[in-house]
Amino acid sequence: MKTASTLENILASGELAVTSECGPPRGALPQKVREKAELLRGCVDGVNVTDNQTAMVRMSSLAACILLKQMGLNPILQMVTRDRNRLAMQSDILGAYSHGIDTMLCLSGDHPRFGDHAMAATVHDIDSVQMIRMVKDMRDEGLFQGGEKIDGPPKMFIGAAANPFADPFELRVSRLAKKVKAGVDFIQTQCIYNVDKFEKWLQGVRDRGLHQQVHILAGITPMKSVGMARYMKNKVPGMDVPDEVVKRMGGVPKDKQAEEGIKICLETIERLKGVEGVRGFHLMAIEWEQKVPEIVERAGLLPRPDGLNVGVQNVRGGKS
Amino acid sequence: MITAERKPIEELIQSVKPYRSILLAGCNECVTVCAAGGRKEVGVLASALKMHFLKAGKPFEIQEITLERQCDPEYVEQLASNLDQVDAVLSMACGCGVQEVARRFHNKPVFPALNTKFMGASERQGVWSERCQGCGDCVLGYTGGICPVARCSKQLFNGPCGGSSNGKCEVDPNVDCAWQLIWDRLKALGMTERYEENLPAKDWRPAGGAGPRRIIREDMAL
Amino acid sequence: MENFEPVILAFCCHYCAYTAADMAGSMRLRYPPNVKIIRVPCSGKVDAIHIMKSLEKGADGVYVAGCLEGDCHFKNGNGRATHRVEYLKKLLDEIGIGGERVEMFAMSAGMGERFAQTATDFTEKIRQLGPNPVKAAPQNQRAAG
Repeated sequence: MKTASTLENILASGELAVTSECGPPRGALPQKVREKAELLRGCVDGVNVTDNQTAMVRMSSLAACILLKQMGLNPILQMVTRDRNRLAMQSDILGAYSHGIDTMLCLSGDHPRFGDHAMAATVHDIDSVQMIRMVKDMRDEGLFQGGEKIDGPPKMFIGAAANPFADPFELRVSRLAKKVKAGVDFIQTQCIYNVDKFEKWLQGVRDRGLHQQVHILAGITPMKSVGMARYMKNKVPGMDVPDEVVKRMGGVPKDKQAEEGIKICLETIERLKGVEGVRGFHLMAIEWEQKVPEIVERAGLLPRPDGLNVGVQNVRGGKS
Repeated sequence: MITAERKPIEELIQSVKPYRSILLAGCNECVTVCAAGGRKEVGVLASALKMHFLKAGKPFEIQEITLERQCDPEYVEQLASNLDQVDAVLSMACGCGVQEVARRFHNKPVFPALNTKFMGASERQGVWSERCQGCGDCVLGYTGGICPVARCSKQLFNGPCGGSSNGKCEVDPNVDCAWQLIWDRLKALGMTERYEENLPAKDWRPAGGAGPRRIIREDMAL
Repeated sequence: MENFEPVILAFCCHYCAYTAADMAGSMRLRYPPNVKIIRVPCSGKVDAIHIMKSLEKGADGVYVAGCLEGDCHFKNGNGRATHRVEYLKKLLDEIGIGGERVEMFAMSAGMGERFAQTATDFTEKIRQLGPNPVKAAPQNQRAAG
């Protein structure tokens, strides 16, 4: 084991892992974080805590991760290259690990242009591939990015994102290969609606044996309504929502659409469960966290393995 | 070239309003090519300012001059004789030219007439786009001749990100995804294996991270 | 003010509007003598500075008359002139002179009537607008400028 991460434990055991996410609030109320996170207790192995998602200011991922940790949950620290240079990133990683946060996700982040601070300067000191390498060197070599030795290196289980649906498609396996080369441990994919295309990508991943070097969690987002389906299809960059899915959502009465959305995501999970290279699921129920337990249960992914409890016992309480 | 655009006329009127006479100084180099601050633009702006102040009934004199280059002291020196007769200078050069005039004539107020934009190339008639950020350590040899620093919205050295769609950038559908261009070039050159060589974290010191940059050529410096 | 006779400059393309002006003459069509015609080889030859200087020196209105769309003898000079006039309209609005004092018209060499009508209508429009505000300034200032 590279780390004490619960997620790593579960993935290593061969069980399908389940992660979900919790977007911190647009304010300083810790209760809001706790309420959202509480919904996920016992049904997931890790909770991604987003980092100023969609380029909107929110409570810091690190602070919200600490709140989750205090609740005995397993937060996954998301960190984007957009807002921090390598000094700030490394110091936050040290700080996170000092609080027992041992799993993180390296991202480039949505461009500020999409958020409420479009006038902000972007940092982009390093990119997500370089960040993976930096965190790996901190863990395995005990070295800062600048080359100096770390006194008590943080042992992070390193995640990253992959979008099988962005262009150019032929590059999507290669891009994953770059992240694998940089040292990524697990991948959470973009929301999957076009399952055929996802499987095509996965075939490319398997052809190169990448699935044996990295754990891939398939990204699943239930849709609440046909409106959301249309929005995701037309407005969200890098999202692939096939017409059939929009049609299917629109084909049922309004009050049944939410259930239809959940059915679609359950079918996707069912289809992907046995596919070689899929090591678990990442459920992104956007502002719909209360549905996660139901989805996990109906998908037959409960109870979660003991890894969750193992993770809690492993809290290092500041001693790293 | 260094590209620039004229500031809004209202802002220029406000800058020169306190003065009775100004020198409007253009530059024959980059800003002439991008039609922002050459002889022609000096003429049009001078005419516009004159008409504005005539209408307002405000006494206002304006002299026009366009230097060969405003970023070289030898040429800036040519302003010396004109400057006695004016209260201020409105420079139609890039930021380098404005500062060179300010440095030489320290007791004369100098105002920029342009917003200096970027180092770019002419895409077609009337359209210029950014091509280089002068990062001081060129990687074009690794990226098929397309710059990820200047042309990728996220400055990814290992792109493309998940927002690349039909060859366009998620930030602006009118902007090409730099990494799509890089990939297309690498394919055309038969160098696709280059793509999976991870580019390491960049040293930003040559890009200005170590403070204002200088070039000293020992063989030339006197 | 009731005796205001506007000074109008018309930059006319040799291949269309200028010939149309001839045609208007031979057809004995009347148009206001306020319009002073300047023949140019193409409407695309008219630069921003020509129009600006005309107004600065006291013209009350300026227009450019070029070929019909797609008919430019030099491919797209008329298109360029149209864009320039649009740009100047904005600039003239910004400096308080008024963009409506400049205009772009299109016509063919055979449109004598259209030439006369355009000249009449534009002169009337400028007459309504009144004198170029630059002329209202004291003469000594204009000389100084």
